[in-house]
Amino acid sequence: MKRDRLIGAVLLVVALSAISGLALIAAFIFREGVPIILRVGAGQFFLSTDWEPSLGHFGILSMLGGSLAVTLGAAVIGIVFSLGLAIVLTQFAPPGLAAALKPAIELLAGIPSVVYGFVGVVTLVPLIRHALGGPGLSVLAASIVLGIMILPTITSIAIDALQAVPRSYVEGSIALGATRWQTVTMVLLRAARSGIVAAVILGMGRAIGETMAVIMVAGNALALPHSLLDPVRTLTSNIALEMGYASGDHRQALFATGVTLFVIITLLNTAALAVSRRRAGRRRVG
Amino acid sequence: MQAPRIVVQGFTACFDGKPAVKNLDLEIFPNERLAIIGPASSGKTTFLRSLNRLNDLDHGFTHSGKILHDGKDIYDADVDVAELRRKIGMVYAVPVPLPWSIYDNLVYGLRLAGIRDRTTLDERVEKALGYAVLWDEVKDRLHEPANVLSGGQQQRLCIARVLVLEPDVLILDEPCSGLDPISTGKIEDALVALKERTSIVLVTNNTKQAARASDRTAFFLLGDLVEVGPTAQLFTKPTQKKTNDYLVGQFG
Repeated sequence: MKRDRLIGAVLLVVALSAISGLALIAAFIFREGVPIILRVGAGQFFLSTDWEPSLGHFGILSMLGGSLAVTLGAAVIGIVFSLGLAIVLTQFAPPGLAAALKPAIELLAGIPSVVYGFVGVVTLVPLIRHALGGPGLSVLAASIVLGIMILPTITSIAIDALQAVPRSYVEGSIALGATRWQTVTMVLLRAARSGIVAAVILGMGRAIGETMAVIMVAGNALALPHSLLDPVRTLTSNIALEMGYASGDHRQALFATGVTLFVIITLLNTAALAVSRRRAGRRRVG
Repeated sequence: MQAPRIVVQGFTACFDGKPAVKNLDLEIFPNERLAIIGPASSGKTTFLRSLNRLNDLDHGFTHSGKILHDGKDIYDADVDVAELRRKIGMVYAVPVPLPWSIYDNLVYGLRLAGIRDRTTLDERVEKALGYAVLWDEVKDRLHEPANVLSGGQQQRLCIARVLVLEPDVLILDEPCSGLDPISTGKIEDALVALKERTSIVLVTNNTKQAARASDRTAFFLLGDLVEVGPTAQLFTKPTQKKTNDYLVGQFG
């Protein structure tokens, strides 16, 4: 008993230090970043596209727009392919194929992002340049690379959501004369909707936070994109690209960019959690 | 005697090569209630799920022999399986309404069949709920979620959502296994009235229910049909020793 209590106390200390480490990091980012936002003015900081650190101009709208465009693009690609994949694997593929493909998809999550970026630069960027024009380094290239990168996240959560739908719903629907596809669209996707939404939100959270691959294929131009073929710089890229030489206000502005990202991702994760909690709550009632 | 609605000829059903129903010959007539009894894993459910081709969902399922529905083999390549499943309606052991309103559960099959006219839908819903002896209990709350109903009501809802399609054959897989005696009685009463319009195949683990609620009874054992005959005769004077052993409770 005494030993149990000791081990419990040790584990508690370990857990608390891990959490307080995270809390300290968050506090540090906010302490470094928030003052400059206040000094520049929140309106100016978030709504100006003028980013010229040497002149003291700190407006991150271009980067916000870039991050948003790239994330939405990645979400569209991720939703289409992940949902298709999850539906096929849970409903249509023979069990052997599903068992072989699932680990393969999860393996995709283990590939370092720099590799994705490298493949994108070598293959995708020239392809876009030749086929569609523009510099190739673009919103489109970044969206495709990110879409593939978030595919494992969305797919595996969507598979869980689809598998959580009772099999009796599917059989009941089919016994009433529905085809497999009608059952998917009218029963399965409706019943798994909140889980799928949570999956997409989490995928977007990953996409907006991704840095390396995006730096390599997005082009990093400091301007709001007007088309899918325009190069953009994202919030994450901006920090990574400029931190090496930033000092003073400039360095603080980069931390403020980090604060912005932190808030966006926290909001996305909270939303995903809320959506999936609502689902769990409903199931208890049902 | 009328022509049989369903004729099963030398039907064998296998899962991953292992037979669950072996070389079955059986006829199902219009307006009769056929009970199927037998111990666990005797092939009762497999047989039922073969009738509406629900076994097709199982990747390991193979079959041989024929099941004729009004003279046409239901396993022919040109059979519209969705249409077949509307004609041979199935009710499960555990009532599972879809997670929608009572009304949406009832009209789902009709909508799948392409019926959109609101008046037709409402009429068919009211009729089906009447047959399932549920109308009085739910008529004022058709748009409430189906899962607020009690277990017995949910099972009658599941029967009604099949009846709304006006099936030729109603197949029920232990429909009362989770229900109290009063709910069970209501379902058995509904079956009496229903045989005026469809054939009924009732799989049950409860031999008393088979004796009460059927015209003919078939006894399955380990994938074989041991014996089939008028219920009164099968229960009082079975021709096979195995049937007698089962009925007096010597096994299973």
